[in-house]
Amino acid sequence: MHELSIAQSIVDIVRQHLPKEEAVSVRSVRLRLGVMAGVVPDSLEFCFAAITEGTPLQGARLEIEQVPLRAHCTGCGRDGEIAPTLFACSECGGTSLTVISGREMQLRDIEVDENAGVR
Amino acid sequence: MSVITIERKVLEKNDELARQNRLLLEGHGIFAINVVSSPGAGKTSLLERTLEQLAGRLNVAVIEGDVQTDIDARRVAKYNVPAVQIVTAGGCHLEANLVHDALGKLDLSNIRLLIIENVGNLVCPSNYDLGEAMKVVVASTTEGDDKPLKYPGMFRNSSVLVINKIDLLPYVNCDIAALRANALRINPSLVVYETSCTTGAGILPWCDWLLARSAAVKH
Repeated sequence: MHELSIAQSIVDIVRQHLPKEEAVSVRSVRLRLGVMAGVVPDSLEFCFAAITEGTPLQGARLEIEQVPLRAHCTGCGRDGEIAPTLFACSECGGTSLTVISGREMQLRDIEVDENAGVR
Repeated sequence: MSVITIERKVLEKNDELARQNRLLLEGHGIFAINVVSSPGAGKTSLLERTLEQLAGRLNVAVIEGDVQTDIDARRVAKYNVPAVQIVTAGGCHLEANLVHDALGKLDLSNIRLLIIENVGNLVCPSNYDLGEAMKVVVASTTEGDDKPLKYPGMFRNSSVLVINKIDLLPYVNCDIAALRANALRINPSLVVYETSCTTGAGILPWCDWLLARSAAVKH
């Protein structure tokens, strides 16, 4: 259950980006999440909702953009999507692969409402 | 309503602390490994056998991660090596800041090999760089031969696989060739050792590898 600590990291980073002088509320948080990042989206959403209570992020939507596992095959030269459980090139079956994407956990942007009250 | 662009890694704070740990360890010429496995694969037993074998041959220190108790740290204390216990109090993995604090409690000038025993878990520790030179994943024969396929993230991120409890092979449903093949499929560059902490089989080659790698680090 490291989703709680990941949710906390998201909240910490978001708070650093909020304007200090005015009361704002965060409407949504966009996150890019690789399928091999080892994070369960449902669980992350649950933890996020729980720890944002009473903060400017309360009620914010966590929008998770799933990033598929993609790799470059050194055998046939193909760049393509692969199944994490097979870890083989879908074209030639080669297993000498360089991962291109699928492990990221990147906070993209947030949508804030400047005229909402609760801080 | 307005959009604020952030574009930052969620675990950037951990990554930065891990980078500092790595610099500190490399600066002292210490070879550091992060040992991961599911609970009960035999990390602590492997550690005990390793400390026994390396006694008098290499200066080893241990950082022992445990969810609730100091049982493992007490097991390690018998071998008279510097050891720091981290109790995560429910946390399912070690993070770089915990290791950073633990490093502050060790005299780094006299250490050649640092073994960090992570919390038993094959999912969460894979995301958290601690500043180690490499991850060593321990998989035991009692867990079956499909573990690498179920936890590809961890096997992909590790450099060494130790297949432990090989003495139990006659009694369990585990095809060791399939276990190896599955692991190498996920990560063709894995170095594989087979051990039994009960009979001592395979402990020597594993320790020779640790000696060679520790000696290869500049100090």
